[in-house]
Amino acid sequence: MEAAAVPAPVAVRREHPSIWVQVPELARRSIMRTVRQPASVIPATTFPLILLAINSVGLKSATSLPGFPTNSYVTFALAFAFIQAGVFAVIGTGQNLAEDNQGGFFNRLQLTPIHPAALVAGQLAGTVVLGLFQATTYIAVGLLAGAHIAAGFGGALVMVALSIAICLAFGSIGLAVGMRVDAPEKVQSIFPLLFVFLFLSSMSLPRNLIQTDWFREVATYNPVSYMVEGLRSLLITGWDGEALALGFGCALGILALGLFFASRGLKERMART
Amino acid sequence: MPSSNGTPKETNGIEAQGLVREFKGGVRAVDGIDLEVRPGEIYGFLGPNGAGKSTTVHMLTTLLPPTAGSARVAGHDVLKEGAAVRDAIGAALQEAALDPNLTARDHMRLQGALHGMPKDERTRRGDELIDRVGLSDAADRKVGGYSGGMKRRLDLALALLHGPRVLFLDEPTTGLDIQSRAALWDEVAQLSRDDGVTIFLTTQYLEEADQLADHLGIIDHGKIVAEGTPEALKAEVGRPTVEVVPADHAERDRAVELLRPFGELVPGTPQGAAVRLDADGGEQLADIIRAFDHAGVKVANLELHEASLNDVFLTKTGRSLEGAQREAAGAQETGEQPALEGSPA
Repeated sequence: MEAAAVPAPVAVRREHPSIWVQVPELARRSIMRTVRQPASVIPATTFPLILLAINSVGLKSATSLPGFPTNSYVTFALAFAFIQAGVFAVIGTGQNLAEDNQGGFFNRLQLTPIHPAALVAGQLAGTVVLGLFQATTYIAVGLLAGAHIAAGFGGALVMVALSIAICLAFGSIGLAVGMRVDAPEKVQSIFPLLFVFLFLSSMSLPRNLIQTDWFREVATYNPVSYMVEGLRSLLITGWDGEALALGFGCALGILALGLFFASRGLKERMART
Repeated sequence: MPSSNGTPKETNGIEAQGLVREFKGGVRAVDGIDLEVRPGEIYGFLGPNGAGKSTTVHMLTTLLPPTAGSARVAGHDVLKEGAAVRDAIGAALQEAALDPNLTARDHMRLQGALHGMPKDERTRRGDELIDRVGLSDAADRKVGGYSGGMKRRLDLALALLHGPRVLFLDEPTTGLDIQSRAALWDEVAQLSRDDGVTIFLTTQYLEEADQLADHLGIIDHGKIVAEGTPEALKAEVGRPTVEVVPADHAERDRAVELLRPFGELVPGTPQGAAVRLDADGGEQLADIIRAFDHAGVKVANLELHEASLNDVFLTKTGRSLEGAQREAAGAQETGEQPALEGSPA
């Protein structure tokens, strides 16, 4: 093939693509995508609040059970709103990624010198922002509804931190699922499964008050119980190092697993040579 | 494309030898194609849906590893030097892959950052390209509200952002109205003519291939069935045909006899008679009119058909491009081969 006399290509100034530039830019995109889709933010935030309101009215009498840790069911149930937000993080993160796959945006990214880690970190950034917004909303609404935070203002900050860790953990599951599907509807199909997983935990009752043996056994092995109990400890008990360590430990463990499977999925998805 | 000393020479061209991509069930979407695209030219890759066009583009842009064969793009091996290939190319793939929640400027900013362009450069170049594709007034609007033509133009601008030497356009005008299509054609022609960008353009539109391409490859069922300049391909197929419809349909047989001396009779419309001319159309057309006038056969309609790319496709594949499209659409409904294009095994 001979070099023909063609005009010189346009000169564009470029530097070595840095992951430290790529991550913030992908995070910006993820955050803007989240913020600019009220239809996904509003239900993800309000649905747990609606469930909180219904449970607080309907299950108020549970506080009279011997051994129930507080006389305020709102305080007890508030923690669960944070976990439900996590479920929405799975769906939201997974759907966003599946939309990128389906619409070809993922291919656009693949054609750039993108670092795979930047892709994962950037995608999770929107999840973190949504988690932060949800956590502050739940704390504010909970306090207005009469909930009490035994660990005080510092405890509220730790609740926000744990909530973000939980959203990241669930978000990483969403990423792992999103990497393997090419349609947002397929991500939604795991929603019922996640809900079963949540309800088989200590969300409605403390584990020591669950009478059915198999249910109590499942709740004991369910990491969701420990994340709920970590948050609940700050609301009801005050500073409980063990509960917090278990809560953060379970969230970070799920995050590690989620990232592992998301990375594997990403490797398969990024089939570029 | 290795140079004489055996080291790859960096050019703007594309070369492929025996490129194959096999999908699940052993279906060969691309079945051993050879390509040579010269630097700075527009290479049209024409074929019906499911012919293997997009799969070829995915392999040449490093998004899909070939099952067999080799290819070099801009002097780099697509299998061994994927990053270098990606660095040299821009691509607007079949879907205008844009985030509906971002603005045109947001897209430019993100893509520029991923390519390692400094902030001032990505802003300058982004604004320049947005202006070039006529989107300045809509640059800060979310892309979700753009028309199909606007999305395609932004897609093209994004593909050009980092100054690629080779540009892949996968059916860039599919679904666009005539006006948007013409605007995009102008832009593509200008890119090749003024900026020296080599363009590999897939299309299912004959007119697009005819108007834009310097060289053309026609692909069907994963194989290249014809290659050359559009003019050479049409010339290869043959001479023009003339079809005459007599005013009185009962005189069709007389029309056939009157046309016979001018060349080989070919099927025409049920009311008319058609002949493939022995010589160039212009001169013989006058003789045909005189023959009909002299015989007193009144003519309702007379048409001279120059050989078209559809004739080329018909000759090479035994069916028209339109028929092949229908066939492909039917196969997609039943989940046969064409639907598999782009799905890795």
